[in-house]
Amino acid sequence: MTRGIRRAASLLYLIPLVFLGIFFLYPLLALFDLSLRPDGILDLSAFIRLFSSDYYIGVLIFTVYQALVSTVATIALALPCAFVFARFRFPGKSLLLSLATLPFVLPTVVVALAFAVVLGDAGLLNDLLRALFSLDYSPIQLERTLTLIIIVHVFYNFAIALRIMTSYWSSIGFAAEEAARTLGANELSLWRDIRLPLIRPALLSAAVLIFIFCFTSFGVVLILGGIRFATLEVEIYYQAVSIFNLPLAAALSLVQILSMLFMLVIYTNTQRRLQVSLASGAAIARRPRTLGQRSAVFACVLLIGALLFTPLLALLWRSLFLTGQLDLSGYLGLSQRSRASLLFITPLEAVFNSLRYALLSMTIALALGLIASHMINRRGPWSRLSDPLFMLPLATSAVTLGFGFIIALDEPPLNLRSSWLIIPISHTLVALPFVIRSVLPSLRAIPPTIGEAARVLGATPYVKLWTIDAPLVSRGIVVGATFAFTVSMGEFGASLFVAQRESVTIPVVIYRLIGDPGLASYRQALAMSVILMLVCAGGFLIIERLRVAGIAEF
Amino acid sequence: MLRISNISHVYGERVSLKNVALEVEPGEIVCLLGPSGCGKTTLLRIIAGLEATPEGRIMFAGADIGDTPVHQRQFGLMFQDFALFPHMNAADNIAYGLRRRGFPQRSIAREVESLLERVGLAGLGDRDISSLSGGQQQRVALARSLAPKPRLLMLDEPLGSLDAKLRDQLALELRQIIKDEGLSAIYVTHDHREAYAVADKIAIMNIGRVEQVDTPRGLYRRPKSAFVAEFLGMFNIFDVEGSRFAGLICSEALPHKANTKMILIHPAGIRIGQATASRSLRYDAVLTSAVFRGDYFDVGVKLQDETALRFSNPTLPAQIGEAVSIAIALDAVIALES
Repeated sequence: MTRGIRRAASLLYLIPLVFLGIFFLYPLLALFDLSLRPDGILDLSAFIRLFSSDYYIGVLIFTVYQALVSTVATIALALPCAFVFARFRFPGKSLLLSLATLPFVLPTVVVALAFAVVLGDAGLLNDLLRALFSLDYSPIQLERTLTLIIIVHVFYNFAIALRIMTSYWSSIGFAAEEAARTLGANELSLWRDIRLPLIRPALLSAAVLIFIFCFTSFGVVLILGGIRFATLEVEIYYQAVSIFNLPLAAALSLVQILSMLFMLVIYTNTQRRLQVSLASGAAIARRPRTLGQRSAVFACVLLIGALLFTPLLALLWRSLFLTGQLDLSGYLGLSQRSRASLLFITPLEAVFNSLRYALLSMTIALALGLIASHMINRRGPWSRLSDPLFMLPLATSAVTLGFGFIIALDEPPLNLRSSWLIIPISHTLVALPFVIRSVLPSLRAIPPTIGEAARVLGATPYVKLWTIDAPLVSRGIVVGATFAFTVSMGEFGASLFVAQRESVTIPVVIYRLIGDPGLASYRQALAMSVILMLVCAGGFLIIERLRVAGIAEF
Repeated sequence: MLRISNISHVYGERVSLKNVALEVEPGEIVCLLGPSGCGKTTLLRIIAGLEATPEGRIMFAGADIGDTPVHQRQFGLMFQDFALFPHMNAADNIAYGLRRRGFPQRSIAREVESLLERVGLAGLGDRDISSLSGGQQQRVALARSLAPKPRLLMLDEPLGSLDAKLRDQLALELRQIIKDEGLSAIYVTHDHREAYAVADKIAIMNIGRVEQVDTPRGLYRRPKSAFVAEFLGMFNIFDVEGSRFAGLICSEALPHKANTKMILIHPAGIRIGQATASRSLRYDAVLTSAVFRGDYFDVGVKLQDETALRFSNPTLPAQIGEAVSIAIALDAVIALES
């Protein structure tokens, strides 16, 4: 009997593997094929064009450059904050640390729009400055500048840097620093000789991770950069969708995938150096005493609060008071298409689309993720192989995924090109690593003896599964499900590729509405963004309340 | 009742059990005693059915149970880390095995109450596991494994994760409860004092083999091998051919065992001062070390031929470096298997 069960379980394991094979590896191979053999024979002309043209070299350089500047800016802001968080105890600290991760679940479209609302030419800050100093022009001119893109990247990645460096700092403690102080070190030499060298592994690890995220930035650059700035991701999108130069887009995708793999290898290396014994950070933190310490804490709280809440509150405010007084027409008009709009469905229908796809992606991702987690959790060769395998979609940008989908899944027997199913499937791929990373820690936290105790007490394998394993993993399951739902709701890059006229989702509709002329579309875009922001923030609250330690790996 | 014979088990490349045989009679507490890695936990897991029976036979009440799945063996196992279910309170933990046997709800409640009382946790049934102290968790784990009235109770280092003071007290209580329930039990430990306190019979294990099976007193008086003697905390083990002192005392004490290779001078038979046993030998020695232990002293002496001996002595009649006279009882010289 047990042998039969084991065989059935092994068959079950095949399901997520087959899914990954068909919907991830196959489109990826199709991409490789298209870039290397556009007409069935080896033809590297796309690559030759790519590397001999100043334009594409420029795109590559810009992609690296903006990622580099964003990374340096993020680290520079987060480093002092991480020190303050590790060193000092103050009310609201853990709340703030957890709130700081909110951007992680916010869709790029929403955030890009929110920053345009604050810092745009007609944004709130310019309004304020004009009113204060009676100006007749906008003093802040950030629209379509690299600066704005970098500010948004800092918004997104600040929490990553803060969390990685704070937890590392708490774990290494401050003994070395105190020793140096007794030996006569002043504040300057403390930073130079003790703090920076000690925090280096965490700093590097955070920097590489942030660089990867910015390197693959799509929505932010597409919306805020206009036609002036294009990263690799944006260029792939232009080539594939606007110019329809598929071989070149595929070649760019290949460059993108290879750079990602290269950077991930570096990241894994920096990660390995981070494995230190984790002492409790709470014991190290102490109350700020001097005026300088208090102002440092205050400045940190202010910075994080401003960075985090200004754009989100501004978005909410603008959606309600666009013309100065309360105006709900953006919300009330969601069931209608604005006259100028190029959309084929109403925004409200898109909301239902998004909800439907998110529920479906959540269900599939959860089912696949549970099976995959169970497989990874069993020790043995399966586990070592499948763990990195299921993380691969995370290492592939959503744009590449979407592009792979439309070129691979467009002919029988798998012609999904015109089916709405292609959207939840692509979302499932993006969400799957999140589900696994949520379920796996709670699965791993169950000591094997607990299951054995149940068996000795007379539980059959099934009864053990229902009475012991299921209740113990339930929190991880809820967190994973919420992650999947939130990720699907906000997914932009892949959706932009695969969504059809009638199957567009909220982020895609927001993007289209921003591009439409007229105030009516803009109102609708704001209202949709607020709705999406609230849904994602709700998801974030559930995740933060229930999650088991270990998800901070991202 | 339980008879296992010829059990061998290979764990990866390593042989973890080799031709192990063991018998547990009804109502008997057998201790598996040995250092970590000697295979005692593996043996326990094989008996419980958590590891497949590789080679050999496991008979229980006359039936071969080698192929019976874990949940049908009706054995109880108390884990070293207790393995309590963290999502259930104390009472639900205890009730788990009773529910699996399909007892009616009301009788389960009654049984849980009575068990909580027997292990000294009356009134704590609705407490969360995490809110209980280590000693209380240990009692819940014991009650849980007792609840379904197992045909055989197994305990894997049940006191291992508790501090020393609690351990002494709980070892006695544990024995009393097992005896009150009239259970047969296998008790795994690496602490010989704990084994002395709990066991009716001790099986001492070394690298996958059972070295000796005896009562606690029998084991203490007549350790069979150097390993057993050392594991029980005894010193003064000598190679008969390698030491003049050992050769002489061996021929004096064990004249009929001419081919003895190793001997133990049992610590109970060495004293500073006058001999208490009828047949004993006297030696001149120098006191080299003395450690105060409260009721006695651990002392070290050196004989004139440089042979070092360690034993405990009720008093300390001399200072370190001074000459003492020691007496060794001839019946304290024990031949060891090599």
